[in-house]
Amino acid sequence: MRSEEYQKYVNSRAGKSPLLKDCLFAFLVGGLICALAEGLHYAYDALGIETETAKALVSVTLVFLAALFTGIGLFDDLAKVAGAGTLVPITGFANAVVSPAIDNKSEGFIMGVGAKMFVIAGPVIVYGILSSAIYGVVYYILNMWMG
Amino acid sequence: MDIWISLLKAFLVGGLFCLIAQILIDKTKLTPARILVLYVTLGVVLTAFGVYEPIVKFAGCGATTPLTGFGYALAKGVEKAVKEHGLFGALTGGFTATSSGICAAIVFGYLFTLIFRGKPRD
Repeated sequence: MRSEEYQKYVNSRAGKSPLLKDCLFAFLVGGLICALAEGLHYAYDALGIETETAKALVSVTLVFLAALFTGIGLFDDLAKVAGAGTLVPITGFANAVVSPAIDNKSEGFIMGVGAKMFVIAGPVIVYGILSSAIYGVVYYILNMWMG
Repeated sequence: MDIWISLLKAFLVGGLFCLIAQILIDKTKLTPARILVLYVTLGVVLTAFGVYEPIVKFAGCGATTPLTGFGYALAKGVEKAVKEHGLFGALTGGFTATSSGICAAIVFGYLFTLIFRGKPRD
């Protein structure tokens, strides 16, 4: 098959199955963000930063970048193509905080920015913290039994 | 050469987490918000059963960067706090372990909200 024919073939397939295209972009972009995180971890390690702090700094850096890109408006463009690829990494969490805050600035800084920041991040924190607290109790009881 | 293998592992595993989420979004009625909640909770549960730790050992940031990794951090934080402070740690461990990420999201989020204007919706 010549390359143009192949391109035509790919396009026709992509048209019929957006799932395949969505999955490919989600995998590629999501994978690249995680590889970037791993690279950052190496860089912070090389700077002599202690491992636990370095790990936290990686998340902080990704949150910063995602917040910045959301502000500029580039995050939305990427997210349209990448789907779950930008949503699932911590970048998606940061975007979920910044995006509604910016969009609802006109409603004021208390009920607009302050409240809307947690429209999606709120449920994530609520269910994350809740399940971790339950696990903490279970872990405590298990440890008592095992002595 | 080690670094390239680590980067590849992070890419593959992290990409796989996103791929699964994409299939869920396309094939079910799960909204992105539900996916995030599901992933965080799943991260806590998988860590509790000892399944997630080996994935983190293998893939590094490929496992800690997806939101399941947020759940992993919550669960590990609670384990550590319970070991140090007993039952009280169940209340402190989660927030302690994830404080920098949450605080960064609020601080940078607020900063960029002040600087940038929302796009007019079309």
